[in-house]
Order: sequence, then structure tokens, then C-alpha cells
Amino acid sequence: MLHQVLFIIFGLICVGGAINLLVQRHPINSALSLVVVMGALSLIYLLLGAEFVAAVQVIVYAGAVMVLFVFVIMLLNAGAEERSRGSHVALWIGGPGVVVLAGMIVYLMFRNDKHFTPVTIGSFPAQPDNTHSLADLLFKKFLLPFEITSVLILIAIMGAVVLARRES
Amino acid sequence: MTAFLIAAVVKILLVVFLLLTGVAYMTWLERKVVGHIQNRWGPTRVGPFGLLQPLADGIKFILKEDMVPDSVHKGLYILAPALALTMSLISIAVIPFGENITIAGTTTPLQITGVTRPGSPITDINIGLLIILGVTSIGVYGVALAGWSSNSKYALLGSLRASAQMISYELALGLSLVGVLILAESFSLRHIVDTQSGTWFGFLPRWYIFPQFIAFFIYLMAAFAETNRIPFDLPEAETELVAGYHTEYSSMKFAMFFMAEYVNMITVGCLATLLFFGGWHGPLFGPPLLQALLPVFWFSVKIFVFMFLYIWIRGTLPRFRYDQLMAFGWKFLLPLAIANILVTGLIVALGA
Amino acid sequence: MVPLSWYLVLSAVLFCLGVSAFLLKRNIITIFMSIELMLNAVNLSFVAFANQFHNLDGQVFVFFVMVVAAAEAAVGLAIIIAVFRTRETLNVDRVNLLKL
Repeated sequence: MLHQVLFIIFGLICVGGAINLLVQRHPINSALSLVVVMGALSLIYLLLGAEFVAAVQVIVYAGAVMVLFVFVIMLLNAGAEERSRGSHVALWIGGPGVVVLAGMIVYLMFRNDKHFTPVTIGSFPAQPDNTHSLADLLFKKFLLPFEITSVLILIAIMGAVVLARRES
Repeated sequence: MTAFLIAAVVKILLVVFLLLTGVAYMTWLERKVVGHIQNRWGPTRVGPFGLLQPLADGIKFILKEDMVPDSVHKGLYILAPALALTMSLISIAVIPFGENITIAGTTTPLQITGVTRPGSPITDINIGLLIILGVTSIGVYGVALAGWSSNSKYALLGSLRASAQMISYELALGLSLVGVLILAESFSLRHIVDTQSGTWFGFLPRWYIFPQFIAFFIYLMAAFAETNRIPFDLPEAETELVAGYHTEYSSMKFAMFFMAEYVNMITVGCLATLLFFGGWHGPLFGPPLLQALLPVFWFSVKIFVFMFLYIWIRGTLPRFRYDQLMAFGWKFLLPLAIANILVTGLIVALGA
Repeated sequence: MVPLSWYLVLSAVLFCLGVSAFLLKRNIITIFMSIELMLNAVNLSFVAFANQFHNLDGQVFVFFVMVVAAAEAAVGLAIIIAVFRTRETLNVDRVNLLKL
């Protein structure tokens, strides 16, 4: 009962934030509503027993990546109210297309619900601790992807510094 | 169940009340100590030794005219100080102040987010330390939005500098704590304190400051930069960008930024105590009632030492220039923190 | 006791809202943010299935998705800054010629 109430509250906050991102005209409002979506998603991860992922979502995604977005919006400061003078094809074909896609996925999920077991809070405590088990997996089974992502981050840092540098 | 709820509500009210009173009297302590360092008295008029000065300041803040300039973005202008203060206060929820305390038949741990059942150890949040780091990351938004919503050049520049400084030193802060985490093997703050009980050679307490003194040094520097205190307070120095990101704020909203800064200082002091100085462990003596209250006393003494250190350094050192500040954080503290993790990990792996 | 399909439906709804924001908005930074929203929706699916099959591989994959998203956000925003310096606009409809 409490699980359902919590899920509905946080789910509504997520969807509300996403709709706000779509509707707002100034990008700073969209950015802040995306931060709200990420925070609510972090709480939903807690409901699913993924405590370390929830903490990392707040620290990395909402607290670093979105801060970068907010910085760029503040610095460039030309992203004032945009006019939707865009392609009408996108609106008249994309809009119904997305609705059809969403409807199809929702229908499929509800139809196949009987094959899955319901989620209960506390049904998935990893031994001895979520962090210990994740670290075990990350450094033993997934060691090669881990090292490759470190190289990826290095390349991204170098690329970002070179691209954003002023030509002197 | 109702006893649990009542205990939780009483704990929350007590902690918030003590915290805000502590913030008010920390401003008094700062003015007195900085005054004496500079060979003058500090506040002496209002009450004996100026002890009622925070009360007078509070009344002044409440009665001042709350100006909202015309061209600000109204929503974000009001949201920013609220966000800064809320995030500062949330961190206190996961900090443990002591063990179980039994009052009128109900036993409850001295921590807002701790639960205990009779006969089992106290349960804490598994990721307590990560929650504090996450909340610190969200606190950057308060500073960034304050400057941007004020719609003024000085405020925007000050807030960009302050938030860039905060996110740079967050890295060094987090990485300096990894050394402690390797030794303690848990993110739970209570567990980290529990592993620091006992002594080496009979007299040296097993505090993590002794094996991790480099990490403590890095943590202290990063904490000074996170809370925007001297020597890292360029973004809010009066001689620089007018007043930085809170230029356009007056009375109560400015007081909220002010309080958020001091609450951040207390949180950082609490973290340093828990992680490096053994939390509430200290010599216990006397009758059982005294023994139940002494851990809280030792905890408060350690936090007081940190606050005094903050204020002492404020009165003594000049401030860094901005490029020196960023170079120090990225080119010195970050590699040192990573080297500390390497050496700690190596020693633990070879010793196991 | 929440059926797993509710989590998956939430993930699908967020993903479709991300797609529609990608198609409908004209500001390049908002389009980038809709990509982040889509990645978050996929992360939710991963974590939900990790819970379902009691297998932590899903959560490890969430890490990798987060890392890739962060790297992509950094490089993408650097490109946006470079484009803004020359074109002085953030509207995607105006960045339609190779030469100024």
C-alpha cells in the first residue's frame, strides 16, 4: 500500500517534470525541471532496492551533469524565449507518431504483466550490501568495460577542452 | 509505533533548534574571536559580553525592508536561498550524535535517521555518507541560480565563480574520503565511527586521522573551499565583486544564505569529527547518567574545535586569487587525493 | 506490491516524452536535455529488470550509461559553445547552411 502510494507520487513528479520540460519556453526552466525528474527517479531507484545507483544518480547526474547544462545556459544567455517556427512535419507526423509508440509499448507491458513477479520493497537486498556486490561485479566481471570508460572520459575531456577553447 | 513517531519528531525539533541556535552563536563567536585577533573587542554592548548580539541581528533581519528588484526572475530569485538553506539542513538528518538513549521507557538512537529494536544493533542508512555528498552537490544550484536570477553583472560573475569553485573542490572532497572508506569498508556513518573504537598500544585511539593524515589535510582544504570561507572566499569578498552572488538580496533572504553558509560549516565539522576523530568516542567516567551524556559532550567539543579553527584561519590568512584557487584545487589537491587512494589501497591489499 | 509493468510503463512514458521534446523544441540545449531524459528513462528500465531477475548486471550497466551520458554532454556542450561563437544563435533552424 505504502509502496504504491510512494510510486504514484514519485511517478507523477517524474512525468510532471518531463511535461514541464516540453512545455517551458526558456531553457533554464527546462533544465531545472529535468533536475526534478532526476531527483524523483533517484527516489524510484530506492524503491527498487538500488541504493548506490540512487546516490550516484544524485551526485553525478543531478549534481554535476545538470550543473554543466545550467552553466552553459547561464553563460551563453542567448537562449531566451525561442519561437516555435520549426518544421510542421515534425509536429504533424512526430506528435501522433510518438503517441502511437507510447500506446503500443504501454499495451504490450500491461499485456505481459502476468509473466513478471511484482516488486516489493526489500525483496532485493544484495549480500552483504548493495555497494559491496556492485563493486564485486564492476571490478571482476566488468573490468574491461570499466577501463574502457576511463579512456572514454579522458578523450571526452580532451575533446571538450579543445572545442570550447577560444582561438587565440 | 506512536512512541517511535513521537521520538522522531522530538529528535527533529531538538536538532533543528540546537542547530539554528548554534549558528546564531557561531556568528557571535566569530565576531569576538576575529575581534580579539585584530586587537579589538568585538560586540560588547548588547548584553553581557555581547551575548545577545545574535538576537539583535535576528530582529534586525526580520524588521528590515525586503526589497525585490524589478528585473529579477521572481521564481528563481525566491527559490535560490530556500534551496541553499534546505540542502544545508537536510545533511544533519543522517549524522549520528551518539548511541542509544533511553527516556521514559523508549529507546532511541541519537540520530534522526537511525532505528533500533530491542536486542539488535542500531540500524543506520547504508549510504549515509553518499547522501551528504549528494546534498552538497545539489546545494551548488542555490548559488548558481541566485546570481543568475538577480539579473546583474556582478551577481552573475560572482555566482559563476562560486559555483565553479564549489564543484571543483567537491571532487577533492569526495576523493579524500575514499581513503577512510577503504579502511572502514562501509558508507554508513555509524559503522565508520564504530570501527574507530578501541586503542593502539593502549593509549592511542584508533582514529582515522593517524593513518589518513594526508586525507585529513585534503579534506580540510576542500571543506574550506566548499563553504566559501577564507582563504577561498573570493566569490563573496566585499572588496571584489561587490558582494558576489548575494548582492541583490536583502534582509531575510540574505539571512538565509548566511545561515546556509554556517550550517554548511557545522555539517563539515560534524563529518570531519565522525570520519577522522572517532565521533563521540572519548573517556567515559562517572555515574551511568553522566556516561550516557558524555558522548554528546565529546562530540560537541570536537565540533567546537573545528569551528574555532575555521574562525582562527579567517582572522589570520589572506585570500587566494581566483586562478591560484582553481590551480590549487585541480593541480595539487586532486592528484594528491588520488595518490592517497593508491597508497591506502596498496597497503590494505598487501596487508590482507 | 507494485507490478513491474508500472515501472516499465513509467520508463516508456518518460522515453516518449523525451522523443517528443527532441522533435518539437527548437533550442539546441533543450534538445540535448531531452536526450538526457531518454537516457534516464532507459536507466529506469535497467534497474527495474535488475530487481526483477535478482541480477546486479542491470545496475552495473546503469553506471556505464551514466558515464557515456556525462562524456557526451561535455563534448556536446563544447560543440554548442563553438557553434554559438560563430552563429550567435541557439535556434536549430538557423544553423542550416554550411557557410555563414
